[in-house]
Amino acid sequence: MKPFRRTRGSSKPISGSDMASAQPQISPAAPLLSVADLAAWYGESHVLHGIAFDVAPGEVVTLLGRNGAGKTTTLKAIMGMLPRRTGSVKFDGCELIKAPPRAIARAGVALCPEERAIFSSLSVEENLMLPPRVKPGGLSLEQIFEMFPNLKERLSSQGTKLSGGEQQMLAIARILRTGAKMLLLDEPTEGLAPVIVQQIGRTIAHLKSEGFTIVLVEQNFHFAASVADRHYIVEQGRVIDMIPNAALDANIGKLHAYLGV
Amino acid sequence: MFEIFGIPAAALFGQLLLGLINGSFYALLSLGLAVIFGLLNIINFAHGAQYMMGAFVAWMLLSYLGINYWWALILVPLIVGAFGIVIERRMISRLYQLDHLYGLLLTFGLALIIQGLFRNQYGVSGLPYSIPPQLQGGTNLGFMFLPNYRGWVVFASLVVCFGTWFLIEKTRLGAYLRAATENPAMVGAFGINVPRLITLTYGFGVGLAALAGVLAAPIYSVNPNMGADLIIVVFAVVVIGGMGSIMGAILTGFGLGIIEGLTRVFYPEASAVVIFVIMAIVLMVKPTGLFGRAT
Repeated sequence: MKPFRRTRGSSKPISGSDMASAQPQISPAAPLLSVADLAAWYGESHVLHGIAFDVAPGEVVTLLGRNGAGKTTTLKAIMGMLPRRTGSVKFDGCELIKAPPRAIARAGVALCPEERAIFSSLSVEENLMLPPRVKPGGLSLEQIFEMFPNLKERLSSQGTKLSGGEQQMLAIARILRTGAKMLLLDEPTEGLAPVIVQQIGRTIAHLKSEGFTIVLVEQNFHFAASVADRHYIVEQGRVIDMIPNAALDANIGKLHAYLGV
Repeated sequence: MFEIFGIPAAALFGQLLLGLINGSFYALLSLGLAVIFGLLNIINFAHGAQYMMGAFVAWMLLSYLGINYWWALILVPLIVGAFGIVIERRMISRLYQLDHLYGLLLTFGLALIIQGLFRNQYGVSGLPYSIPPQLQGGTNLGFMFLPNYRGWVVFASLVVCFGTWFLIEKTRLGAYLRAATENPAMVGAFGINVPRLITLTYGFGVGLAALAGVLAAPIYSVNPNMGADLIIVVFAVVVIGGMGSIMGAILTGFGLGIIEGLTRVFYPEASAVVIFVIMAIVLMVKPTGLFGRAT
């Protein structure tokens, strides 16, 4: 697990100015995504109790927490995929809490779900080309194949015939074409071999450099620390704390208590 | 005249043709049912009534407005398809949250109401619809005499069936449809308007039934019961082919039409039940149908 140790701000002491640049929520830049007081229900059961967090443009933010804390549900609730939700989800200045999932997608938010949701009745190419373009400025197919060369060779295969890692890459790749600037990635490293996890880590870093804004749900804390700017801790359907990646070492004890690791 | 297996060739080919004609209607109707079932998860019991409406609307266009067969081929699927769209928006769409059984009951009730209305208005003796002048007469193929209109029905049905297959299996719209069949929530989260896709799919399936009705009008008499008689067999075809499989519906439709025709030649007593016997055997051996995917 060595390679996934934090690469940013871990070795040098944190100065005040470093803190400021590592904490975009202090800067006057308006957040791209602003979630406040988000509550959601599956039928009768109340699963989110007031999720609140902000993501600045170009930032990579993780949602950390134990199993069942509500991280996946938070992403689904942002996407409008739960039967009932209240509170506020503002994206790019627009309130989306009453919008259906397709309108949220059209606004430029894209989800890569935990189960990957590769369609078995579609070829790899059809899976890749399925999400319609919602905004100008998505990645071209050449750029996507540069990141995921494996996919190019398997275009005519059935989508679910790919290996787990390739399916994960396909699930990420297909939302990069659409022009969505906000990516919600739900456990992209789950169940994958270390070499694939590394590749996905490089992909996320690359996407950040391309200007994508990313919310990442992760169980793999080391992986999260290697790619993210800030970490929000989710517990029992609430956000209970925020730790900048640069301040991770100072808060490691607290974090272990939260995550129970 | 030469003989094959002791059967006069003319009789054999005649029944084969009849089988192909019936198979054309089985294929067109089971195709619509399969498309609708795939996306809506509803067994459209109104399909036979919508096929009957297709024949009646063609008859009405000709009798009341003087609109000929060729225009009816285009207009009737649009008119009856639009009727289907209204039914889906106003009624069926309210049932998606409930058990599939409710969709079945609703469409079954609709079928009875539609049939009752037409029976009340036009009786059950059947109305004549003549073959368009361009397709009257027949062609001597050497081994048999082919009535031109029947040849046309087989040809048109093949074109429509494979056109539909191409649309669903090979186009972008078809990819949306297949993806939405698997995981509608995810397709919606990509920004695709799934409810509209569902509505249009139902309208398309109903339009296919109506098109079959127009093709059938000059062959069978235009009769309020024509759909009810046919649809039972078509459901058996769909069960044999496997619910929701497009190519399965087409191949099974034509194949069973031919098998039925051959049975009529070699053992006429069994011709009315052969499809149901095959259905029973397929259900025992492969409950998902010949082309069905296990779910």
